[in-house]
Formats: sequence, C-alpha cells, structure tokens
Amino acid sequence: MSMLGVEGVVSGYGEMEILHDVSIRVERGEVVSIIGPNGAGKSTLMKTIFGLLTAQRGRVLFAGQEITHLPPEQIVRRGLCYVPQEDNVFPSLTVQENLEMGAFIRDDDYRSRIEEVYDLFPDLRDRRGTRVGKLSGGMQQMVALGRALMLDPQMLLLDEPSAGLAPLFVELIFERIRAIKRQGVTFLIVEQNARKALENSDRGYVLVEGRKRLEGRGQAMLADEQIGQLFLGR
Amino acid sequence: MVELVGYGLVLGSILTLGAVGLTLIYGIVRFANFGHGDLMTLGAYLALLLTVRIFPALGVLDRRLGSLSFGWVMLVSFVPATLVTGLVAAGTDRLIYRRMRRLGVSPVMLAMASLAMAFILRSLIYILWGPDFHFYTPGLRPMLMLPLGLKLRPDQIFIIVTSWVLVIALYVFLQRTKMGKALRAMADNPDLARITGIPTEQMTTWTWIIGGGMAAAGGILLGIDSQVRPEMGWILLLPLFAAVILGGIGNAYGALVGGLVIGVVQQVSTQWLMPAYKPAVAFAVLILILLFRPRGIFGGS
Amino acid sequence: MEIIRILHFLAGFAVMASIYAIFALGLNVHWGYTGLFNIGIAGFFAVGAYVSALVTSPLPTGVRADYVQQAIGLNLPFPVGVIAAGLISGLLAIVIGIPTLRLREDYLAIATIGIAETIRRVFNNERWLANGPQGMVGLAQPLADLLPRRYYNFVYLAIVLAVLVVVYMALERGIRSPWGRVLRAIREDEVVAEAAGKDVFRFKMQSLVLGAVIMGLGGALYAHSVRAIQPSVFTPLFGTFIIWVMLILGGSGNNKGAVAGAFIVWGIWSGTGYFIDRVIPVAWAARAPFIRLLVIGLLLVGILLTRPQGILGEEKQVSRMM
Repeated sequence: MSMLGVEGVVSGYGEMEILHDVSIRVERGEVVSIIGPNGAGKSTLMKTIFGLLTAQRGRVLFAGQEITHLPPEQIVRRGLCYVPQEDNVFPSLTVQENLEMGAFIRDDDYRSRIEEVYDLFPDLRDRRGTRVGKLSGGMQQMVALGRALMLDPQMLLLDEPSAGLAPLFVELIFERIRAIKRQGVTFLIVEQNARKALENSDRGYVLVEGRKRLEGRGQAMLADEQIGQLFLGR
Repeated sequence: MVELVGYGLVLGSILTLGAVGLTLIYGIVRFANFGHGDLMTLGAYLALLLTVRIFPALGVLDRRLGSLSFGWVMLVSFVPATLVTGLVAAGTDRLIYRRMRRLGVSPVMLAMASLAMAFILRSLIYILWGPDFHFYTPGLRPMLMLPLGLKLRPDQIFIIVTSWVLVIALYVFLQRTKMGKALRAMADNPDLARITGIPTEQMTTWTWIIGGGMAAAGGILLGIDSQVRPEMGWILLLPLFAAVILGGIGNAYGALVGGLVIGVVQQVSTQWLMPAYKPAVAFAVLILILLFRPRGIFGGS
Repeated sequence: MEIIRILHFLAGFAVMASIYAIFALGLNVHWGYTGLFNIGIAGFFAVGAYVSALVTSPLPTGVRADYVQQAIGLNLPFPVGVIAAGLISGLLAIVIGIPTLRLREDYLAIATIGIAETIRRVFNNERWLANGPQGMVGLAQPLADLLPRRYYNFVYLAIVLAVLVVVYMALERGIRSPWGRVLRAIREDEVVAEAAGKDVFRFKMQSLVLGAVIMGLGGALYAHSVRAIQPSVFTPLFGTFIIWVMLILGGSGNNKGAVAGAFIVWGIWSGTGYFIDRVIPVAWAARAPFIRLLVIGLLLVGILLTRPQGILGEEKQVSRMM
C-alpha cells in the first residue's frame, strides 16, 4: 500500500480543467519530485491532494484511506501536512509563535517537539522571538517547513521549497529535507529547480500541460537526455 | 484647552473600545462592519434594561459606589449586557454573513448586509424602547478638580480606567493565549491558518463575540457619561472608522491609539467649531490618513 | 369622481416612486456600472434639493426676513432650479472624486458616508445658508395652474415621468456605447482595465459625475414635490439606504431593475405605512416608521441571502457585447 496514491484525478478552477487524468504514487519513506514547465499544473495537483481544490474525477488515497473530498482541516489530522509556495508563514507572529500555530490542533505537550524542530533548524532557535516578517526568505522558508513539522506528520507536501532562495539556502533546504527524510517522513515535492529536485529524490514525475509525461528513478532521470534538454538546460 | 483634552481622553477611551472590536473583526472577516456602532447602542440598552427594569423587579437593592453615579448593580450588569451583545454579533455572523461568505459574495455585499443589520438593530431598539433619551441614574454629577487643571467627574475616571483594563485584558489575550495567537495568525494569513488546521469558522465566531462585547462595554460607558439614546452608536460610526484606519486595519494597538487621538482631536476642535461638527472633524482626519498614509500610522493588513 | 380621487392618490404614489427611481438610476451608474460603493447618496440628494430651493425661491423680505435666513434667493423658474441642481451636484462630485476615487472600495464607502453626513450637518448648523434646522418652505410648484388644484399630482407626475424617461433612455444608450463597455470592464476587473490602457480614474470620475447629476435632479424634483425641506429629511435611511434596497432588489446593473425596484420598495414602504397606521395602537404611533424600517432592513437581508442579483438580475446585453 502506497503512502499516497493519486488515481485518475481531473481537477481545475471552476470550468477550467488543469489536470487531465493524473495518476502518481509515493511509497513510504520516499522523496518524490514533480517537475515540469510553468502552468503544467504542479501546484494544482498539490492543492487538489490537500483538499484546497476538489477533484472533479478520480481519487486521492492517503495511507490506504480515501481523502478525496476531505477539507484541509481534516487531512492535516491524518498526518499529511502542506507547505504552500507563497505566503507560507505568519509574518507578524514570532518564530516561536509560528511553530506554536503549527501545533494548534495538538492537545498534548508539544514543547519537546518544538525543541526537535529547533534542532533541525538551529538558526531559528537564535531567532525564536523575532517577528517572521523581518527574516530573510531563506529563514522564512525554514519557519514554513518547521511549522509543518510540528504535527509529527507522516508525509509532507512541499510546493516549490526553493522558490526565490539564494543558492546557499537552496542547498540548505534540500539538505534539511534529506535529514527529515532520515527521520522517516515521506515527501512529495513540486519544484521548478528540476536538477536540485531530482538530485535529492528517489523518484520523479514530469508533468506537462496537466498530464504525466514521464516518470522514473531520480538518478536515471537526471541522466536522461530528453529531460536534460527540456528541464536541465542541456 | 486642558479640559478639552481631558474630556477628549474620556470620549477617546469609549471610542477605543469600539475601535478595537471593529478592527479585530475587520482583520478577520475582511469587511467593514457598518453595524458596529449599533452594537454599542445595543449594549447600552441591555444595561439599561437590567439596571432600570430587571434588577429592581427582582427586588435587588442597589447601593451607590463612592462618588460614582451608579451602583454595584451596574457593574454586575456589564457582564450579561456585553455577553448578550457578543452573542448577537456572533449570531448575525452565523446566520447571515457566513452564508453569504459561502456563496462567495464580494466584501462590498457583506458590508451592505452589515449596513442593513445596523438599521435592523436600530429599528428594534426604537420599537422596544422608543425614541426618547434615557438615563441610567438621574441627577447631577459633581466634578472633581484634578491637577493640571483637569476637571473630570468620577464617572469619567471610571470610564478611562475601565477602558484601559479591558484593552489590557485583550492585549494579554492576544499575546499570551493560544486562541489569541490563532486570531492574530488568521488576521495575518487566513489561508495558511486553514492549512495549519486552525478552525477558522470557530475563531471567526469568537472574534464577533469579543468585538461585539467590547463594543457593548463602550456603549455602556457612553451611556454612563451622557445618556442612552437610539442613535448613540450610529453617530460614532465615522469616528470609529477614523480610529481604525488611523491605527491600521487589523491592528488592535493601533486602534487603541487611534481611538484616543480621534477623541482628543474631536474635542479640541470644539474650541473653534461647533460640537455638531465633531464627526466631520473625524472624517477630515480619516481623509487625510487615506490620502497620505493609507496603511495607518502603525500599518495594518 | 371617486375613481379620479383614487387615481390622484396613486399619482401621488407614482410621483415619489418615480423620484426614487431616478435616484436608483443614478446609483446604478455608480454601483451597477462602475462598482463605486457610494453610501453617501443623501449628500447629492440634499445638495440637489437645496440648490433648486435656493435658486427658485425669493429672498425673504419684510417680516419673514426676521425668521428665515437664506444665503441666496434667485427666484428663477423651476427648470432653471432643476438644471442648477444637477450641475452643482455634478461639481460636488468632481470635488469629492479627486481625493476619494483612487481609494479602495470600502474606504470609498466610508468616505461617502462622511461626505453625506458633513453636508447634512453644514445645512443644519449654518443657519445663514438655508435656514438651518427649520429648512425652507413654500417651494415653487411648477405649472400649478395648469389643472385645478386638486388634480395637481397628475401635473407633477407628468413632469417627473418626463425626467425619468429622459434619464432612462440616456443611460440605456450610454451603457451600450463604448464608454459604457469600459465602465463595465472597470467594474469587472480594474487592474485588467488599467493594463489595457484605460485611464481608469477618468472613467470613474465621469461615472461619479453622471450619477451625481442624476441624483441632483432627483433631489430637485423631490424638493418641489414636498415643497418643504429640512436637513432632517436627508438622513442615511431615507436618503441613502432605501435607494440601495431598491437597486439591489430590482437588480443592480439593470436600469429596468432600478426603476422596478424603486416602485416595489416604495410600494412596500407606503403599503406597510397604510396598514400599520391602521393596526397600531395610538401610543405606539411614534414607533410605526421603525417597524416599517425593520421590514425594509429584513427585506434587504433576505434578498442578499437568497437572490443577491435582484429580481431582474444584471442586464446581459453589455456583457455579450464584450
């Protein structure tokens, strides 16, 4: 049984269909990336999985259970968390408060969890009392990721985690993703930076104009000529 | 002039209670609640009902508190009056605004609905109590002479103190409690709040309860200071919005300052203009802010 | 004989309904066409009424001058008053528009409330202007001698209907013109319209002025219908809110809707007045208007919840052309 299964999903905005019959799967413990050109529907896929958009056809299964028509509030309780591409922090709250908000639906003592998140992102510990709006883009991305980790999720959906970040931070973010993976979290990542994504992924999918075009193991896709020309700038 | 500033602080404290509630609601539901003034009026009338009818009918004997114009019955009445007003506010959200939100209407239509609610509330008050003025307690109120040439009644000191107490309580709530932080988060980024799992509809209901409750408290204080009449809250709508915009929409601390500033500016203006123009003065301040610093002095959402 | 009396009474109803229909058409230009959230209609209403009153009335003389103050009294004929009302109202719109038209929707709404309130307070407190709270009385009645006095409603109705028809047809032409299409585009998405190279501010200003002129005309017609005006008439309730209910109920973005909404809501207002006055005990007579206000308020909320596009909905014609 896959951690996440997307079967024949058709989705979009209003009458505009963006995803036409997309099927992917993510196995437990994997990092899977979805790459593709702008407007391919990568973000739409994320939002559909997480319940921000309703699939018009098809199914989404998480840990064997159907979550197709569930709203985000309930999906989050099942162990699937989402980090949007933009506006993914609470700017007027402090780092500490952002993390606390991540744990809002927990009714146990989550203080040890906050410390674990600070262990993953030591830079944030130094800045726990700073308003997040004042932090750099890279720091904010760390806060966004940390916030999503507060619920001890089984799986994370990341929408373009490297968007707008300096190369140093891009490397840092992906390194942290690897570290979190080692703790047993499954990842589905949507990325513009195809090279970085595939380098850090077990498997990848190529999405073009709302359809799955290619799939394969991360390293194999990196070496593939076709993908190289289209996305890796060769 | 000192007297004017003093009285301006009293009125400003009343405005602050209304403005803080209004800005909280504005930041969460993202439309201008034109019914806010009438929530203040409702609170004042509920307190009137309790102190003048219900408690005496229950045989409760009141006793004046020191040199204040009212007794402990009024203090007790604060609680149910603010609570009921808060529930009425939350009720209108559940029954009306939430349904309209689900239909996906624009914020303008929600504001229009709140304008309708303003008239509905006011007409209910006219129907139930009539158009006359009422007083919580009849009789003259003596002045206290204070340093710096300030002349304030004991009632007015009570108003300022109560207003500050409530605002500080709100501050503690927003900064230290889980729900308060969640409200601030929602005002920052409502979509992310949803994604995080924060129950946004529940939080919205609480915002209306708190905002409505604070408005009611302001209305009662206004009634203590002057009199209780059906238009009392509606007249404050312009100064309330001026205070909210001055402080930055969604910014509760900005609304605190905004309320006091508008109160003082309005009162000081009576040195040169007729008192009837006070709302026009508030309006002039509002236009100036919108033209030169639309995000308010402290910045808002 | 009896029939004529009933018809005359209905004509009186139709006069007021038609005047409000003119206001609703003006609001339709602002809100229905351009998306300007104007809750200060009462301001243009008041200005139109007072300008016409001041232009058509003589300055008080003799004993009257002890009791009545007026800034001007030109004693000019009725048509001049009406036209002046429209013009000054339009000028006021220009003055108001310059600082406020660039504001976002809810700020514009708050600003318009402020303007209307300020105007009302100015008329109320500056006695030298138009006699303060007592207002002006004995306003001119155009064509008063055309028919016997007891049939005057028919005469005035003809006048009001003439204006209504002219305004209606002008707006129907306007909305189908290129100008009208730009207004619609601005209402749909200002950013896109701006990107398409349209001077959004100029179009909004034109719309504001046009709507204001129409409201000014309505104000003048109102003044000469009731023949006595005071600042307490131009309240947010009667001068603004009820017109919004009319437009939303009839269908904003639809001129027929504006007119229909005016007649329906005025009918409800008059109808509830008629019945409540009969049913209500004398002691409660002062509260009767508020029961009617409650009905109107609930009506608006009901419409917003169940059919926000109004009875007739928006006119499809223009959208098709775009």
